[in-house]
Amino acid sequence: MTVLLALVTALLFACGSWLLMQRRLTRIIIGIGLLGHGANLLLVTSGGSGGRPPIVATDGSTDLATLADPLPQALALTAIVITFGVTAFLLALGYRSWQITGDDMVEDDVEDRFLERRRTIDGPEASIDDGDPITSELEVGEGS
Amino acid sequence: MLAFILILHAVLGTTIIVAGDHLGRRGFAVAAIAPIVTLAWLIPQLGSLLNGGDGGPAITQQLGWVAGLDLAIDLRVDAMSAVMLLLVAGIGVMVCAYALGYFSSSKPGVARLAGLLTVFAGAMTGVVVSDHLLALFVFWELTSITSYALIGNDDRNPKARDAALQAILITGAGGLAMLAGLVMIGQSAGTYRLSELATVFADQPPSGAVLTVATLLVLLGAFTKSAQWPFSGWLPGAMVAPTPISTYLHAATMVKAGVYLVARLAPLMVALPMWRPLVVTVGSITMIAGGWRALRQVDLKVLLAHGTVSQLGFLMIVFGAGTYDLAQAAVIVILAHGAFKAALFMVVGIIDHQAHTRDVRRLASLGDGWRAVKVTSVLAAASMAGVPPLLGFIGKEKALLAAANGSFSGAWVMTVVIVAGSILTFAYSARFVLGVFGRLQDPEAVDADHPMVDGDAPAPSLAFKAPAVLLAGASLIAGLAPVVVDALVRAATVALHPTSHPKSVVLWAGVNIALWLSVAIIAVGAALVVARGRVTRIQQLVHRPFAVVPTAERSFWALVTGALRSAKRITRIVQNGSLPVYLMVILGVASVVMIVPVVGAIDGSSPWIGSWVHVPVTALVVAAAIGATVVHRRIAAALMLGAVGYGMAGFYVVQGAPDLALTQFAIETLATVLFVLVLRVLPKGFVDRVPAVTAPLRIAVAAIVGVGIFVFALVASQSRDTVTAPSVSAEMLDRSVPDGKGSNVVNVILVDFRGLDTLGEITVLLVAGLGVVALARTARRSVMASTLLRSPVVDASVRLLFASIAVLSLYFLFAGHNQPGGGFVGGLTAGAAISLVFVAGGIESVRSLLPTRAWVVLGTGLIVSVLTAVVPIVLGGAVLEHAVFELDVWLIGTLKATSALPFDIGVYLVVVGLVLMAYEAFGEEIDEADIGDARPVAEVAS
Repeated sequence: MTVLLALVTALLFACGSWLLMQRRLTRIIIGIGLLGHGANLLLVTSGGSGGRPPIVATDGSTDLATLADPLPQALALTAIVITFGVTAFLLALGYRSWQITGDDMVEDDVEDRFLERRRTIDGPEASIDDGDPITSELEVGEGS
Repeated sequence: MLAFILILHAVLGTTIIVAGDHLGRRGFAVAAIAPIVTLAWLIPQLGSLLNGGDGGPAITQQLGWVAGLDLAIDLRVDAMSAVMLLLVAGIGVMVCAYALGYFSSSKPGVARLAGLLTVFAGAMTGVVVSDHLLALFVFWELTSITSYALIGNDDRNPKARDAALQAILITGAGGLAMLAGLVMIGQSAGTYRLSELATVFADQPPSGAVLTVATLLVLLGAFTKSAQWPFSGWLPGAMVAPTPISTYLHAATMVKAGVYLVARLAPLMVALPMWRPLVVTVGSITMIAGGWRALRQVDLKVLLAHGTVSQLGFLMIVFGAGTYDLAQAAVIVILAHGAFKAALFMVVGIIDHQAHTRDVRRLASLGDGWRAVKVTSVLAAASMAGVPPLLGFIGKEKALLAAANGSFSGAWVMTVVIVAGSILTFAYSARFVLGVFGRLQDPEAVDADHPMVDGDAPAPSLAFKAPAVLLAGASLIAGLAPVVVDALVRAATVALHPTSHPKSVVLWAGVNIALWLSVAIIAVGAALVVARGRVTRIQQLVHRPFAVVPTAERSFWALVTGALRSAKRITRIVQNGSLPVYLMVILGVASVVMIVPVVGAIDGSSPWIGSWVHVPVTALVVAAAIGATVVHRRIAAALMLGAVGYGMAGFYVVQGAPDLALTQFAIETLATVLFVLVLRVLPKGFVDRVPAVTAPLRIAVAAIVGVGIFVFALVASQSRDTVTAPSVSAEMLDRSVPDGKGSNVVNVILVDFRGLDTLGEITVLLVAGLGVVALARTARRSVMASTLLRSPVVDASVRLLFASIAVLSLYFLFAGHNQPGGGFVGGLTAGAAISLVFVAGGIESVRSLLPTRAWVVLGTGLIVSVLTAVVPIVLGGAVLEHAVFELDVWLIGTLKATSALPFDIGVYLVVVGLVLMAYEAFGEEIDEADIGDARPVAEVAS
């Protein structure tokens, strides 16, 4: 891996992570795409500085030492296709989100917010025990 | 055959569960097949297995599991296993017969009980026939899990849920401790096989801290499973299960698993100084406390449950002492207990079923036709109390004699404990009988809703009571003529203590100390019964000062609620609901953890630039990536992402990866079309809402991630040169042509060397495709008819192009084994052709391309690949083993193909199917009004 390629990989990861931390599903999907590219580049270049395509002649005349490492390539190939599948799935999620809410915003987790709200309403200690001890189900709406 | 029996249980059980309420209680008739088969296999083998009491060679069978880790399912049946198998299968048959009378067919969930019971019986069989410790553990946990489902079968009853949860938490925690212990034992002894452990520890007795800790952990598993103090709370709670289930699991089989393991380990581990004091102390407390509690119960079933706890303590003492004569006594007791406790539970179930109560205070008189049940309960209770001439008496007498003559230190304490426990056992056995005969009635416990049962309970049918009668009869016959169990008991003892020569089992062993002790037990026990009023008052008196001490039961629930409470507290702190915040924490921590240890390792040996071609490609990728990140228009961002992808393909070409480059090109084209299809319905631009985290913080985390990856990439590539292990890739290059029959090593890896991974991957693609269509097509609004204007010129050129690209995709598919290409590339190229058709003619044109729908293509692809993978197994090869075919075709010459081709065709079809699915999902015509800043469906609907 050359310093240049390491920098490209790092940039792809940084941009991808930044997009991942956004609230628009579209941007998150783009971010995952960039992360995927970064990961593939990391994977492929981890196989050394490259070489001729890993195609071996049947008569044994190929000098195996000059060939590029085939294993990272095979791994990256499946990774590319899987990323495509994931992207399609995430796009469907975005599509659905738009159908339901008219937006592709990723909202806060309702359950977690609910738990957060309980503290502010009931005080720090109270009503921890009132949930079902087995399922820890909280009774919705009490305390307000 | 052993493996067949195990599989039979699993198959039969799941079949019954699936058949469900169609079967109803007849499920138990089907369930009985499994134990009957076990018995039919076992009984003919008993002759050679017991060898007249000296113990013959064990029956073994080995199933491969993970050969590389020396993991195998070693099955082994010796005489001790045979004892357990007779209990598991024999009582299994009885319980199935009994359940037919107990349950009414109309009640839902009965068949599920029968199915779960069968699965449980299989797991229990597995426990007692496993020679490999880890296989034993797996079966052990299976019994815990099935027991959980069986206790909690009536899932609307909160009591049942609580009891089930308590049982699985306690036995599950013990099981995990046990796993750690078993691994420690296996690693330090060098073998996981019980049969080999015996020889290892015979040569070199166990000692040292590791084995001591390991044994403690294993004992924790055994103690929790067998309800030993202080873990006995779950067993009485589990009595909420239907009586046939309690009879089988909580009297005859599952709770014996812990005792069985202790029996197996005691001869080996008794050399550890802590073994005997610990096991005997825990067993003693359990025996006394269980008996003491049983004496206070008014519910017949709970009385029996505490009695079972007490008896399990007794078994723990006698097996755990680790001498052969006590082990012999224990084998008799385990047989006797199985018979009498099952019979007693069945009696309770019969009374409960006919009289609708188990409360001794409300049983005045059962009525006519109950004689057989009463005789049964007297016989079985007498066996439990250790009254001659029943089998229980022989076992107890033997235990007393062996303990009194025991040469190890503390033997006399053990004798005293057994005597005291036996007195309590006699007393609660008598209490049971008195209760059944209506001598403990108490008018104060009777009210309008809970009337006294006074001669008005309908008598049980013959079939209902027959299993209980038979089991009680067996206790009597085996007691009068112990010769029927003699060979079995002696051979089982020899199986545990190979060098021993146990004496014959006889009813009358002459006048000795054990006889006098037995007389004393019965006399004192009878006195307790006569003075039972006073005993009750003393018990209440003794309990008063102890009321402030939390019981095991209350401590358990305090622990559970405490854990839940702290979980909630932690959740509040770490989980505020914002996904960006979570991601920030995860990414930041992961990067810092990655940077810190390796940052010093960069030695600056990496060259700056590898190839000058990299420079323009880098410029493209960097510009596009930054553009995709900062741009606020959706489609523009997607196109930038596509540009990054094309740049990546450039890198791959330089790297010497034509397959990757082809794949990347095709994917990028497809993905861009897909993005455009979806994003056209969303607003074109967006404004960022006030973020949960401030922008500088997010940029900081993103920068940390970048630095982390940079450092990691450099250090990882530096260390590549220092690796001395042989390279996997080199071997793959070497073997590609001779073994994989292909020149394109990347393709050979995909379809052959790592073909199973590819199979998994296309399964993921299939699931993703289904998910896409399911998500996008839910609640689809009515679609307007296509109003697309079609140009004849475009149509004609697309038709031409489509044909050529389709041929190219087939070329990639067929040539891919030797040239760049393959199923993935071919499929994606075909996907590009389909995209063309879509652009020209919309979804209808895409549909008209093929006679079938997208999901058929997707499914067919997976099936073809799986078949290619599986067929070699049927033909006796390994998974995905490929063969070469040569066909002489006239004029064309010799065609050579490998069976990897069908596998690749499956991959091709899955990829094409996925593309088709995406168009099915997003390709429908959209009403013009919905494009742009559209109103959502939800609003339209309202």
